[in-house]
Amino acid sequence: MSGIKHFFDVFINSFDVFVEGFKITIYLSVASLLIAFIIGLFFAILKISNVKILQWIADAYIWLVRGTPLIVQIFVLYYGLTEIILLDKFWAGVAGLAFHSGAYIAEIIRGAIQSIDKGQTEAGRSLGMTSGLTMRRIILPQAFRRAVPSLGNQFIIGIKDSSLVSFIGMQELFGVASTQGSNNFDYLPFYLTVAVYYLIIVLVLTVLVNMLEKKMAQSD
Amino acid sequence: MSEGKEKEMIKVEKLNKSFGDLHVLKDIDLKVNESDVVVLIGASGSGKSTLLRCLNFLEIKNSGKIVIEGDQIEQETHDLNKVRERVGMVFQHFNLFPHKTVLGNIIEAPTQVKGISKEQAIKEGKLLLDKVGLGDKYNVYPSTLSGGQKQRVAIARALAMKPDVMLFDEPTSALDPELVGEVLSTMKELADDGMTMVVVTHEMGFAREVGDWVVYMHDGKIVESGIPIDLFDNPRKERTKEFLGSIL
Ligand SMILES: Nc1ncnc2c1ncn2[C@@H]1O[C@H](COP(=O)(O)OP(=O)(O)OP(=O)(O)O)[C@@H](O)[C@H]1O
Ligand SMILES: [Mg+2]
Repeated sequence: MSGIKHFFDVFINSFDVFVEGFKITIYLSVASLLIAFIIGLFFAILKISNVKILQWIADAYIWLVRGTPLIVQIFVLYYGLTEIILLDKFWAGVAGLAFHSGAYIAEIIRGAIQSIDKGQTEAGRSLGMTSGLTMRRIILPQAFRRAVPSLGNQFIIGIKDSSLVSFIGMQELFGVASTQGSNNFDYLPFYLTVAVYYLIIVLVLTVLVNMLEKKMAQSD
Repeated sequence: MSEGKEKEMIKVEKLNKSFGDLHVLKDIDLKVNESDVVVLIGASGSGKSTLLRCLNFLEIKNSGKIVIEGDQIEQETHDLNKVRERVGMVFQHFNLFPHKTVLGNIIEAPTQVKGISKEQAIKEGKLLLDKVGLGDKYNVYPSTLSGGQKQRVAIARALAMKPDVMLFDEPTSALDPELVGEVLSTMKELADDGMTMVVVTHEMGFAREVGDWVVYMHDGKIVESGIPIDLFDNPRKERTKEFLGSIL
């Protein structure tokens, strides 16, 4: 019982420091996932283009991301970016996370685009729409709707993966937990505390995604 | 058909189309005069859809000529998107845009392609919906409509671009039998209004009643063509007789 009381004490007393880490986790996640989404859309379009070289570029990118651990990507980009183009840690972290999630988002969007019935493209083209206009107005809106559950899932993974940038010295949620744990020589309550914060973030995001799914299902 | 004076809407000469090694259209010749309804019949795989799709450049021919309103259309010299604006198409599976309302489906191309104002497109779209008997359905999503209603919306959507020709690829084949009539009567009204139409269908009643010219295709070739009574009642070719025997 005293263990549980101790955990609650730590949880309550550490609130202020964790809020700082929480903010950084949110900034990291939002920035990296927005960029990852744009990267993903870009590479998805390369993959479905009929140009072999563009497809290879997309394949190479996805292979690189899938073939190496995220922590390696983060360190390579961290040393690469901070020493060569002098980005700060935050943006190096964002770059690493976005580079990583972008590949998975590209595959999700590509799959969603390819799952849309070819008749949709034909209908658009038969009305005189160009292929670009058909993609933008007809295919992508339907593909995004269909991709909402998978994208939501990928965003959740992205948020949890952002904990790895603590290894380049970011004091986001996990970084705060590690620092507090070692400063107080008392690890478990701080790691339990940080778990609770992640659970709350993921819960909120899950509810949002479910609401979005319901809303979009109405028109289908 | 009266001879000579009529305006040639579509002329096809020696049209060939292959998919890889598969030679699907073989030296097709076809003429469609303004306001005529040409009906394409033939067994599955004979190339009817491919022919229609070549006419609207969803498929690109390998050789031969396609002349639309006196204009020989080539991929190299023409903006095919512009040509498609003039040639409307209705598909077997409707292909309505599920993320847009009925009216949204109809105004999409006029506003996005032709740059017509939204107000104007809505006004015209509602008139078209009245015409196909769906004036009260403008604000619903396609998923709430029956097949027959969907197909009538698809017809209105194609008409919204004010095409000179309408192509129909088995417009009633995906419908429950009781819904076929409403679509055919919409098409008949369109023909009565003077629309030039090329229709692939298995509805021989429609072909007889509304068709001006019937074309029988087999294995990528036109075997025989003629006015409906001649082709249906006095087919000259053995193949045509066999085919008509198999479906009637
Ligand atoms: N995109 C394509 N790639 C390869 N082969 C194709 C393609 N489209 C059609 N074909 C082939 O061309 C031939 C003619 O097909 P088409 O769809 O024009 O026939 P159809 O007369 O419309 O038949 P149905 O009555 O079944 O619709 C068929 O053998 C078909 O498999
Ligand atoms: Mg067909």
